[in-house]
Amino acid sequence: MGNAARLALLAGPVAFFALFFAYPVAAIVARGLKVDGVWRFGRITDVLAQSDIRHVLWFTTCQALASTALTLLIALPAAYVFARLDFPGKNVLRAVVTVPFVLPTVVVGTAFLALVGRGGLLDDLWGVRLDTTVWAILLAHVFFNYAVVVRTVGGLWSQLDPRQEEAARMLGASSLAAWRKVTLPALAPAVAAAALMVFLFTFTSFGVVQILGGPTFSTLEVEIYRQTSEIFDLSTAAVLTLVQFAAVGVILVVHAWTVRRRESALRLVDASVTARRPRGPGQWALLAGVLATIAVLLLLPLAVLVQRSLDAPGFGYYRALTSEDGGTFLVAPIAAIGNSLQYAVAATAIAVLIGALAAAALARRDAGRLVRGFDALLMLPLGVSAVTVGFGFLIALDEPPLDLRQSWILVPLAQALVGVPFVVRTMLPVLRAVDVRLREAAAVLGASPFRVWREVDLPLVRRALLIAAGFAFAVSLGEFGATVFIARPDSPTLPVAVARLLGRPGDLNYGQAMALSTILMVVCAVALLVLERLRTDRTGEF
Amino acid sequence: MHHKTLVAVAAGLGLLTLSSLTACGSSDGKASTDSKTITLVSHNSWAVSKGVLKDFEKRSGYQVRVLNDGDAGQAVNKAILTKDNPQGDVFFGVDNTLLSRALDNGLFQPYEAKGLGTVGAEYQLDKGKHRVTPIDYGDICVNYDKAYFGKHKLTPPQSLDDLVKPEYKNLLVTENASTSSPGLGFLLGSAAHYGDNGWQDYWKKLKANGVKVVDGWEQAYSDEFSGSAGGRKAHGDRPLVVSYASSPPAEVIYAKPKPDTAPTGVSYGTCFRQIEFAGLLSNAKNTEGGKALIDFLVSKEFQEDMPLNMYVYPVVRGAKAPAEFTKYGAAAKDPETMAPDKIAANRDQWVKSWTSLVLK
Amino acid sequence: MLLSLQGATVRFGGRAVLDAVDLAVAEHEIVCVLGPSGSGKSTLLRAVAGLQPLDAGRVALDGRDQAGVPAHRRGVGLMFQDHQLFPQRDVGGNVAFGLRMRGADKKEQGVEVRELLELVGLPGAARRAVAGLSGGEQQRVALARALAPRPRLLMLDEPLGQLDRSLRERLVVELRELFGRLGTTVLAVTHDQGEAFALADRVVVMRDGRIAQSGTPLEVWQRPVDEFVARFLGFDNVVPATVAGAAAVTPWGKLPVPEDAPQGTRSLLVRPAGVRLVAAAEGLRCTVTARTFKGTHVAVHLRPEDGGPRLEAACALRAAPEVGQETGVEFDSTEIVVLG
Repeated sequence: MGNAARLALLAGPVAFFALFFAYPVAAIVARGLKVDGVWRFGRITDVLAQSDIRHVLWFTTCQALASTALTLLIALPAAYVFARLDFPGKNVLRAVVTVPFVLPTVVVGTAFLALVGRGGLLDDLWGVRLDTTVWAILLAHVFFNYAVVVRTVGGLWSQLDPRQEEAARMLGASSLAAWRKVTLPALAPAVAAAALMVFLFTFTSFGVVQILGGPTFSTLEVEIYRQTSEIFDLSTAAVLTLVQFAAVGVILVVHAWTVRRRESALRLVDASVTARRPRGPGQWALLAGVLATIAVLLLLPLAVLVQRSLDAPGFGYYRALTSEDGGTFLVAPIAAIGNSLQYAVAATAIAVLIGALAAAALARRDAGRLVRGFDALLMLPLGVSAVTVGFGFLIALDEPPLDLRQSWILVPLAQALVGVPFVVRTMLPVLRAVDVRLREAAAVLGASPFRVWREVDLPLVRRALLIAAGFAFAVSLGEFGATVFIARPDSPTLPVAVARLLGRPGDLNYGQAMALSTILMVVCAVALLVLERLRTDRTGEF
Repeated sequence: MHHKTLVAVAAGLGLLTLSSLTACGSSDGKASTDSKTITLVSHNSWAVSKGVLKDFEKRSGYQVRVLNDGDAGQAVNKAILTKDNPQGDVFFGVDNTLLSRALDNGLFQPYEAKGLGTVGAEYQLDKGKHRVTPIDYGDICVNYDKAYFGKHKLTPPQSLDDLVKPEYKNLLVTENASTSSPGLGFLLGSAAHYGDNGWQDYWKKLKANGVKVVDGWEQAYSDEFSGSAGGRKAHGDRPLVVSYASSPPAEVIYAKPKPDTAPTGVSYGTCFRQIEFAGLLSNAKNTEGGKALIDFLVSKEFQEDMPLNMYVYPVVRGAKAPAEFTKYGAAAKDPETMAPDKIAANRDQWVKSWTSLVLK
Repeated sequence: MLLSLQGATVRFGGRAVLDAVDLAVAEHEIVCVLGPSGSGKSTLLRAVAGLQPLDAGRVALDGRDQAGVPAHRRGVGLMFQDHQLFPQRDVGGNVAFGLRMRGADKKEQGVEVRELLELVGLPGAARRAVAGLSGGEQQRVALARALAPRPRLLMLDEPLGQLDRSLRERLVVELRELFGRLGTTVLAVTHDQGEAFALADRVVVMRDGRIAQSGTPLEVWQRPVDEFVARFLGFDNVVPATVAGAAAVTPWGKLPVPEDAPQGTRSLLVRPAGVRLVAAAEGLRCTVTARTFKGTHVAVHLRPEDGGPRLEAACALRAAPEVGQETGVEFDSTEIVVLG
């Protein structure tokens, strides 16, 4: 693939990001910093001189770093277990651990309090309460992002040839040393990608910090929200957005720098042949440990939600969802399922299309610096406040032919912005790991560049693509920040409906919120399971 | 040659995306310029019974589209940002805490609604200019858990003064004034009651008396407050919460089976009044339709439908609130109030000092 | 000529990896490019396959210039050094790949795959996973895959490089038979002279991107063109010499050379078979430093006592002296080659 072809592939993603990210964000920042046509860059130093702003920046970064480290620590063993060990119910469990990812933070906060809060498990057992401490925030971040590590790292891990590690062991390395010397370097790009995504998610954490940390903890995201939505001080918000950009930019540069030297062609094998039944006490103990962690950290809070949704005789809360005269919406709350699915399918399609084009263009390791730069740019939406993007849309996309402010497409577009980085990040390590000579072998056998992509890259990358699509789907299903601006009262999405119901007093409203959250969980789990099925359902070519 | 194919494919995809977006955009654009459509921009809490809205559409011949634009603060801010090219014709949901910001930014054009005469004078904060029309009001008040106070043989607090008494130590939960609307209302209520300089003292005492602050109403009411449906499940242990006077009726209406009496009560001496307004947006495309919609919002039909949909009280004299409201959660008789321009002038500074006083 | 290269040049960062190479391969010919790693032989194959654009010169197939023709349109086959089988496909899927690309229907593919697998000695292996194949089996599958689309030119990159010796020797014979039977035109590259000599009709030795020598295996073996080729072929008895008539003055003394040898200052090769061991008192006095058993003979390493360059002698099994023993050395003119 030559440079011209690569640039052509990039044209779509570049246009998408320019139009639906760079332009709106630039517009809202300019609105804040430009007064009567003159840039007021002095505002930047003014704002940064405030000690409480500096404190917010410090806390935001620290908690994000700590959360990322803790998530990796807890989730990496699980990535191994899901990649290399076979046990009954694995696929279902893999889908279930992704569920937290889609749940609205308001709901999760409530559920998580059942673990670490008053009367929670820790309180009952040891009298320990973690709510309003930073530990609650960190644990909740693990809860949310567990699947990011398990899926991105596990996806690559399951395709690594286990014989290489065996080879190292034959050379006298202990199993840990073999892992450290052989597997870890091969996994490094995926681990780095997962860490980056977790960092960006926790860096822009909003609901978790508010609910579990209490009002004494504040992140940049909360501050931007306050300045934009409450105080309406757009210039401070603009400065904070730039600060957020700078911080995220630094992280992206560090990430690119660490990954660049590690990515190499790997021997990839079919994932189905690498997993085995656990052998020996070590593997059984690891499996037991991972399952116990999942049970306590992930399943328990989810179970609390389910239990509360069933807390009325005869599925009362669920039956109430089908009624139109609840007064909360123009439609029965149950209709939100259909709306959510439609948006999610559209957003996933956009994210996969844009992400796959970008990944294909970026896959070559000899890609130029410009192209690499774009690679990093694609990650930026994860590090930018939904409020900033939402407000940006409003003032940027207001002229025909792009007056999209009232169009339904804005919802999946906004959601796809967050989905694309997942697609690119999940696919790139695999695409870059594909031996270039494998493509050459196909070309020499008569495959055109397109056929090479279809016949060589796609089968190898299909698993990653489906994982990525699953993420994009989950992100979209659970997305709240941008959707809440745009969703119409007659077509609420599940998270919007949950938030609306929670925003009202009364038993039936609370119960319906729990019931809808449970439905959201089930929809997400089922969708992910279907994707898993697609993966194993081979096409008839071979 | 293959590069050319790829270029063509990519360009084609790009064009396809753009044209489909354009198509969506323009079809919507058409809808909003259509003189038979009225677009109402509101916040997330907007709700109306389907039948009532249908009635209006049938009678007037207009179609009503509703856009939700985030929470109350976001909706107002967005409306201001898009003032020159507004998303709709009528904006509903600016309250007295945000009114000055909206008016100072020239968000609305004057229109004197038909039937304004039936609206109580105390709600008409833009009297004479008619840039906004009052639609509803609500009272932010402390709610109490009847079971708790019954069990402990304690009289529920009646006033702001009561809340700092030792018998109510560690009982109250409220919301962050900088991120929550009832939290801000409660702060403004205390400022109205104790004066510009006295409120800080009051909050020092409240803090000493163990007030708990959480970020949002949902947490305060459904997690921490022991009297609500959610709080009971979550083992909430605060029997006093800053909420609305209309919260107790909801605890009755949304319970199955319906209890004989509300499980919670209202401390009427702690209330701050919130009034919500609607206005015809400057540069509205369908001004005639917008005017008709505002007339409808102050009609008796809408006003009587409103309470059970948005948990607010009607501003029109003679509009009846539903029985549950009068029985379990009547509006406050003598709430604290504050002029919008005074709120606008002090709000940011007060929130800032409140934050360092209470949260740090 | 089926394949002809004229002045083919490829540069990597200013360094010429392929430096004005001229090469022609006739139909049904098996040509083996021999050279150390880094000599540019793989690049040569990649350039012919269309995987590596030329910086200068041209590649023609059947007389047609291939500039601008992408790899998948050249109709040549390339078997990679490490096979590069498609991991997600089974053996049959790998072999059928080229046929599918040509649009062959399923039935035709099935027949071809069966025949080819029989041909390479893996009958009935179509449904096996490639991950479970041994190195030799992978090599056969790769060969079947490369042969399947009936390429007009089959190129092999270190075809037997990763295999063990006995397998390699057996496969060389099999391959040569197979290519002969099919009439396939083959361009192979290897660093192993034994492999090249056994497989090829013609051997091309490469050095630093240039062709050092070209000829039949016998020609190259008998008359290496220069010291580099001689040493690459495994001959270590190379010394500078001044040739005058039928004698050459060397560090080992005055040596007899063939009558028609080029004159003047040259390099001179004495094949080990031409180093005869005689009684210690005669000829060049040497000490035995090492003995290596070579199966059919013993290689005896000698250090001349006058400090001249060491030399190697091929010795019958029973006649080989012990290490440390002193011996005399005489030279046989028929095994001496004056290099170009």
